[in-house]
Amino acid sequence: MTVRVFVPGDMAAVAVGAGAVVDALRAAAAASGVPIEIVRNGSRGLFGLEPLVEVLTAAGRVGYAAVTAADVPALAASGLFEGKGGHPKFIGDPKALPFFQRQTRLTFARCGVTDPQSLDDYRRHGGYRGLERAVAMTGEAIVDAIKLSGLRGRGGAGFPTGIKWDTVRLTPAAQKYIVCNADEGDSGTFADRMVMEGDPFLLIEGMTIAGVCTGATKGYLYVRSEYPFAVTAMQRAIETARRAGLLGAAVAGSSHAFDIEVRVGAGAYVCGEETALLESLEGKRGQVRAKPPLPAHAGLFGKPTVINNVLSLAAAPFILGEGAQAYRDFGVGRSRGTMPIQLAGDLRNGGLFETPFGVTLGDLIDDIGGGSISGAPIRAVQVGGPLGAYFPPSLFDTPFDYEAFAARGGLIGHGGVVAFNDSVDMAAQARFAMEFCAIESCGKCTPCRIGAVRGVETVDKIVRGEDRSANLTVLEDLCETMKFGSLCALGGFTPYPVMSALTHFPEDFGAPSRAPEAVV
Amino acid sequence: MSASRHQDWDAAASGEVIAAHAGQQGALLPILHALQARFGWIRDEDVPLIAQVLNLSRAEVHGVLTFYHDFRRSPPGRHVLKLCQAEACQARGSRDVTAHAEQKLGVAIGETTADGRVSFEPIYCLGLCASGPAALVDGVPVARLGVEAMDRLLDGALT
Repeated sequence: MTVRVFVPGDMAAVAVGAGAVVDALRAAAAASGVPIEIVRNGSRGLFGLEPLVEVLTAAGRVGYAAVTAADVPALAASGLFEGKGGHPKFIGDPKALPFFQRQTRLTFARCGVTDPQSLDDYRRHGGYRGLERAVAMTGEAIVDAIKLSGLRGRGGAGFPTGIKWDTVRLTPAAQKYIVCNADEGDSGTFADRMVMEGDPFLLIEGMTIAGVCTGATKGYLYVRSEYPFAVTAMQRAIETARRAGLLGAAVAGSSHAFDIEVRVGAGAYVCGEETALLESLEGKRGQVRAKPPLPAHAGLFGKPTVINNVLSLAAAPFILGEGAQAYRDFGVGRSRGTMPIQLAGDLRNGGLFETPFGVTLGDLIDDIGGGSISGAPIRAVQVGGPLGAYFPPSLFDTPFDYEAFAARGGLIGHGGVVAFNDSVDMAAQARFAMEFCAIESCGKCTPCRIGAVRGVETVDKIVRGEDRSANLTVLEDLCETMKFGSLCALGGFTPYPVMSALTHFPEDFGAPSRAPEAVV
Repeated sequence: MSASRHQDWDAAASGEVIAAHAGQQGALLPILHALQARFGWIRDEDVPLIAQVLNLSRAEVHGVLTFYHDFRRSPPGRHVLKLCQAEACQARGSRDVTAHAEQKLGVAIGETTADGRVSFEPIYCLGLCASGPAALVDGVPVARLGVEAMDRLLDGALT
């Protein structure tokens, strides 16, 4: 009987040798006369395990962690193709690991489990149930479900998704668009990438539901060029969905038309900002637009446009398929449902951890994340990407929800958590935040375009001890100006990492003669 | 994606690439990507060709071409090493790896070695943030790229 073997095709697994492991497994299977079928699944999302080889046995799947090509002959000899234990790399059932047991996987239920390019596999695991319900509902009823679920934009802004969809639905136009923002540029984030590579039909289904709801017939998926595997995976899955009648003139046999085109970014971080992304899709420089008009009224090519993050759209199939209340039952306060949190940097258990809102930062770092992998103590954690604040361990009791982070001068953004050990130089991190803003500024707003350059210079002066007190005042002023004088979050939020570094780690900025009072 | 895999440029071949994408809405980025994939970089001569087909001014095309970090206006080295410079990789030692590679290659990040062997470029996040330092080596992802692994890379695949 053919043995089913799983080796992730996820970019993070390939980057640590999964391709060579596949070659070695084929060679070992051929040598021992065992017929095998290798499935290139997505990653389950605990990246220290990669390449994670799984074998399907009568008792379920068993795993072998961090396999190298050189390990394969010995693993095969010790009974890998029968799923036998005994080898030090054998970990048994991967989903029984505490890291996975403690998660609530709604969006990521299939990622790492199924064959991402198999539509049958997707359906067998509950896929397209949401769209089937949606095509039998009115647009208003779909909006009501999304509103009731409490889903808020997962890209970072946290705007209620249902209201956005409703605005587009109620704006009359001959052409409307669904744009998926897959320009996941925040360092420390990879959830969008994992969805696209590991469960692409989920995103297709989510975008299609949004189209059916609002009357949009065309979807654009804007993927960053840094994600070549995601681009290919989405293009293949879209083609499969078209052939199956799930995209095209009559979606799932309904009267709704909807299709999706993949567009590739070109290395501009600012295009993750929704209006810059729309400009880029139109073939222009990725410069931010002033709002109003809202994209929901006049977005892509001037037409009403839903623009949502991957994770927002990927939540829709669950909400429609399992019910809005089932989603809403998770979470705290005004942060409903689950958040795919991404643990990165110097952590033992770096990876994707989907959980209801409300878990504390300390639990994420020390307990779930397993502390640092380097062994050095964690000194600072940046939450929410390059525009997010740095938190010291004294703020680790902050619960992961939109409002709690805002109350402490931070933001959860797209859910990236990057841990730094005690070798970090926080002045260098503040300087980098300004430098990154200077590199990536679209140039539209003066405080961002010029302020970021002046910010780098000013941090340098402070660190050199040059007129320290006066330059601290300049830096605080500059941050205030950027915060209130920029159209988008790039200029507007760069002050978060800068001022939080200065506030919580003044000792890294030369003599702590004076603690700055201003906290952004 | 070493330079040798690219076709030689001529105006007719460039025109074919442009024409193949000209019908799309918002065609400029797809055209620039396709030209770079085919010929390795975007020549100044491409700009008026694109402008004419898309009914844009040359200044508009130039403005877009120079806005995006991905588009090259000069030929890359035989190998392209893009090393992540963003925070999650910094937290896993990328600053040291960057300094080491700069020293070994004899160029600063953002430059190409004098012999045209390697273009050493910054990239801001590959989404491999739990496995850094991460890089794209001639388009192939590589993670857990510490100083020793970087040495092996520079002495091996990138020679």
